[in-house]
Amino acid sequence: MTRKPLILRNPSILIVLAVLAGFTLTVTLLSQAYGSGVIPTSMIKVLGKTLCLALAAVAMDLVWGYLGILSLGQMAFFALGGYMIGQWLMYARTEAIVAASMAQNPIPPTPAELQTGVANQIFGVVGSSDLPLVWSFAHSLPIQLALVVLVPGVLALVFGWLAFRSRVNGVYLSILTQAMTLALALWLFQNDSGFRGNNGLSGLQNIPGLEGVGQARLSVWFLWASALALGVAYLLAAWVISGKFGSVVRAIRDDETRVRFLGYPVEGFKLAVFTLAAMMTAIAGALYYPQAGIINPAELAPIASIYLAVWVAIGGRGRLYGAIIGAVVVSLLSSWFTGGRAPAIELPFYSVNWVDWWQVLLGVAFVLVTLFAPRGIAGIVDWLGGVMPPRRHGRDLGPDQGALQEQEAKA
Amino acid sequence: MSALLEVDGISVSFDGFKAINGLSFSIGAAELRAVIGPNGAGKTTFMDIVTGKTRPDEGRVLWGETSTSLLKLNEAQIARAGIGRKFQRPTVFEDQSVADNLTMALRANRGPFAVLFWKPTRDTARRVAELADEVGLADQTDRRAGELSHGQKQWLEIGMLLAQEPRLLLVDEPAAGMTLAEREQTTTLLKRLAQTRAVVVVEHDMDFVRRLDCKVTVLHQGAVLAEGSLDHVTRNPDVIEVYLGR
Repeated sequence: MTRKPLILRNPSILIVLAVLAGFTLTVTLLSQAYGSGVIPTSMIKVLGKTLCLALAAVAMDLVWGYLGILSLGQMAFFALGGYMIGQWLMYARTEAIVAASMAQNPIPPTPAELQTGVANQIFGVVGSSDLPLVWSFAHSLPIQLALVVLVPGVLALVFGWLAFRSRVNGVYLSILTQAMTLALALWLFQNDSGFRGNNGLSGLQNIPGLEGVGQARLSVWFLWASALALGVAYLLAAWVISGKFGSVVRAIRDDETRVRFLGYPVEGFKLAVFTLAAMMTAIAGALYYPQAGIINPAELAPIASIYLAVWVAIGGRGRLYGAIIGAVVVSLLSSWFTGGRAPAIELPFYSVNWVDWWQVLLGVAFVLVTLFAPRGIAGIVDWLGGVMPPRRHGRDLGPDQGALQEQEAKA
Repeated sequence: MSALLEVDGISVSFDGFKAINGLSFSIGAAELRAVIGPNGAGKTTFMDIVTGKTRPDEGRVLWGETSTSLLKLNEAQIARAGIGRKFQRPTVFEDQSVADNLTMALRANRGPFAVLFWKPTRDTARRVAELADEVGLADQTDRRAGELSHGQKQWLEIGMLLAQEPRLLLVDEPAAGMTLAEREQTTTLLKRLAQTRAVVVVEHDMDFVRRLDCKVTVLHQGAVLAEGSLDHVTRNPDVIEVYLGR
């Protein structure tokens, strides 16, 4: 039996990819480096970072919208990806600087001296001069790139295996994921964990070997890379949730016990999706932090992962494009409101300052969406597509008695 | 005739209450059996033990020609070994189409990666169509399972069980909520299925059991009270006391 290709079965993929390509092209043509310069470099970076957040949101939607696990620890994987690439960025750049300064010495430095010099530079701030064990591979870009996906992947695999095997579900699992990200943040905050404590890793916007390129062009390159990663990840996610695998995953979300009695190893499916999502999130993080320039353990704060869940909920969970819409709209609005550019509302007795009130607005929006539009912004797409639940004024939807009721169909 | 399933001296208690008390039971490879008993006799717990949902405190559950112990396996492994279970309340995946529900149940490799790379073939499409036809949902395959009526959901679930091709079918109160015509259809189907596999029907309804016309096991307080034809067990004074004496 021949089947239509994935893209034809699911036209939303084509639309998302086309919009993404159009967006990237437009931004490039308006950039300072490659076009008219209407969009300043700082804005290009914001847009590039937003694409990374959208990628993290797509992964969150896989885990929450399709698998039904409200993971409140996704940003742990995001930050770990950032830390892994940050190690190389910082090491390689410091090494170049130290090598340049040591080149003045009468005797050329040995590799050991060079390493000590680098360690002194990086870890002087936390009162140490030894290179920690976790930095053993920091000199190698290929190894650190592999670690970007391997470290979060292994963490997700081990954490997931322990949690799913014990059949921890629902709210308890959410709390557990949140505890995981909090524990990781607290560990990273310690100076002796080897990641420079609360200083984090900085200067990540300077890419070793590309010093001559300049931030204007570099920011566009990162935008391209982020867009490419988002496009590829979207295709991958759409493929995973199509077909029988997606069917089983949604079935696990709806009735896990029944899936077990069908003979499916539920834990294996959960682990596969959870680990895949962790790796996708890590790649997003590895692209995000070189654009942000700095990463520190505050990035792993539980609230960051909760924001991710809010974006997906507002965008519409259970729809991959919904996750992208949510992440883009809410994070851009958020940076507008908190950037101090939103005009304050002057009431006679009080001045509503959006920097303070934005979070309240977001919270209210979240509650309203959850209550009145469980499909989020993506629900508009469904409505346009004419898949609104039919209005039967309380009669059964199906031809027979006992079929789904109108109220049930809306959920 | 060697037994397909052999349950030997199992006991289980919940908070001191002995739900199953030294129960032994065996069924052949192609046999229809009705299990009856008053409320709290341990019928559902018995099914839970066989399908791996509940672990017994003592006893053995042996399966198949090799007499594998089912007690070491989890629910999914037991299902893959060939034991299918039909719940009292129809449980289908309401958010997905009838065809998707059936496809998921089709006998195939259940590993995550095998499922990820699984592609529908002419064979699987034909099989899904056959199954849908068999349970009277041939023209409903594209509909969401949630839109089906209660009876249709029951049938869809039966279709999913057939798709699994189990060697032993455990059916919990199939007649509940069915019309008279549907009951007759169900009886016919169960009898036909029992020609090629073992079928255990747990039922309250004596009329339905009489129509099945098969060997009956009466449970009471977690143990077998009597076994034999329906006429035989209904003449048993113990059974009469349990059912009518109170």
